[in-house]
Amino acid sequence: MSQPTDLNIDHVAKLARLALTPEEKATFAQQLGDVLHHIEQLAKLDVTNVEPSAHAFAVENVWADDVPRPGLPVELALKNAPAQRDHMIVVPKVVE
Amino acid sequence: MSEVFYQSITQLAAELEAKKLSAVELMQAVIARTKAVEPRVRAFNSFDESDALAQAAASDTRRAAGQSRGPLDGIPVALKDVIAVKDQPLTASSRILANFVSPYDATVTTRLRDAGAVLWGRCNCDEFAMGSSTENSGFHVTGNPWDVTRVPGGSSGGSAAALAAGEAIATLGSDTGGSVRQPAALCGVVGMKPTYGLVSRYGLIAYASSLDQIGPFGRTVEDTATVLRAIAGHDERDSTSYRATILDYRAELAAHKGPWRLGIPKEYFGEGLDPEIGAAVEQAIAFYKSQGCEIREVSLPHTRYCLDTYYIIATAEASSNLARYDGVRYGHRSKQAKDGVDLSYQSRAEGFGAEVKRRIILGTYVLSSGYYDAYYLRAQKVRTLIRRDFLEAYKDVDALITPTSPVPAFKIGEKSDPLAMYLCDIYTIGVNLAGLPGISVPCGFTKSGLPIGVQLIGQPFQEACLLAIAHAYDRAHDWNTRHPIL
Repeated sequence: MSQPTDLNIDHVAKLARLALTPEEKATFAQQLGDVLHHIEQLAKLDVTNVEPSAHAFAVENVWADDVPRPGLPVELALKNAPAQRDHMIVVPKVVE
Repeated sequence: MSEVFYQSITQLAAELEAKKLSAVELMQAVIARTKAVEPRVRAFNSFDESDALAQAAASDTRRAAGQSRGPLDGIPVALKDVIAVKDQPLTASSRILANFVSPYDATVTTRLRDAGAVLWGRCNCDEFAMGSSTENSGFHVTGNPWDVTRVPGGSSGGSAAALAAGEAIATLGSDTGGSVRQPAALCGVVGMKPTYGLVSRYGLIAYASSLDQIGPFGRTVEDTATVLRAIAGHDERDSTSYRATILDYRAELAAHKGPWRLGIPKEYFGEGLDPEIGAAVEQAIAFYKSQGCEIREVSLPHTRYCLDTYYIIATAEASSNLARYDGVRYGHRSKQAKDGVDLSYQSRAEGFGAEVKRRIILGTYVLSSGYYDAYYLRAQKVRTLIRRDFLEAYKDVDALITPTSPVPAFKIGEKSDPLAMYLCDIYTIGVNLAGLPGISVPCGFTKSGLPIGVQLIGQPFQEACLLAIAHAYDRAHDWNTRHPIL
């Protein structure tokens, strides 16, 4: 079963801005412990001088012509906003 | 001849062209079928009958005026609920997007419209395409049409089930680690993942951007080729889109005549493979041999590292992609938030399901300070080795032949352990890591009547050759004429 790992679930959940219940923390810690234990085998592989692949077929320097084009109208762009006023999204107060 | 909703695009296009059938009649037949079987299959998150019938009527008007747009004009095509259709719901089967309505069309959607296809329902899937059974949907579980107590596979399970049940004539899914090919195998239909970059991802809800690719499901390889032709091609709105030559893949089927050289990766036939699936795939290999193909064993030595590499890269990219769901601009907003920052914590906690949270946590961890090199960077290097394995094998063979899934459709609720579920993708994820095209074709049934799929893996951007190889098997067999009893 799961080996102890240094997965600090409180710290990681904070980085991910995700509120977890105590039950979720316990379950995920155990399940991800199993997954991380499985992943350990990658450490055995020699990857000296191997270039990392971010994409299978990397296309580089993709530029678009610097010409303005119509985008989504404001009404349409805000159609799914949870709260809005005067073409702006309303959020709870963030500064005191 | 089978019922209208079980006919192929090729058959239906001929009937539409000969005016023996109208697009409205076809759409009505698909709607009636959907209403009859949907209570048991539950393939759709939503569908819009009046919108579909209006599109079908427009198709009939075009055809009557001699302005048919080709073989897809008037054909009902259903889309996985991660692909944007203007003014229709777009949920990714997630509570966090339960009320989202798309303000624009995905590029594939635009291209299907241009080809005259009738855009039909939004197919259920695992939440944010994360899963192998469609059980992770935030809304409901989809039943496999061959046995509704079993899963249709995933994550594009609704797309595969809708097609197998006659609720659409073709469908689209997305494939990040096998999410088109594995449900195709489990539901007895054809499913294809194109080469990374062949089909635009603009308007596809992102899961793991370096692996995601939209792909078609069809009753036959020929139909799959017809849909691929419509959706493929460079798109300036997707910066990873490739300037590949797009062919008329259906017409090309006849142009590529074998015999081909097919490789059998020995690592794909080991422990964990269901013996009935192994036997069916051996039969498919024997067929190719009987057609004069050269069959040789090849090795993909880093196969055992694919699963781990995939779960590091996919979750890392997912944790980044899903950061946008913060309750601010769109999607679910929590009413419990104490302040503007807590809004993100609570909205995400309430909106995401367990598997999505698990993958966000894992992805955040492998990218976090102190662990990035050990996990993420190392996985990207192993990805290079995995890709080299395939390219090395292609020096000697035209394509590879493997099982699609190690197991047939399993019972709903059977796999509760995440790691056991991840192993369902063992034969499909290498293709995504290497960016290759892959296709699953029906190749038989288990003794208990569950479909089996064989996977063919092609060379980069050689879809025409891959489809021709798959078609050679498909047209010589009649697995696709069998339909589930619903």
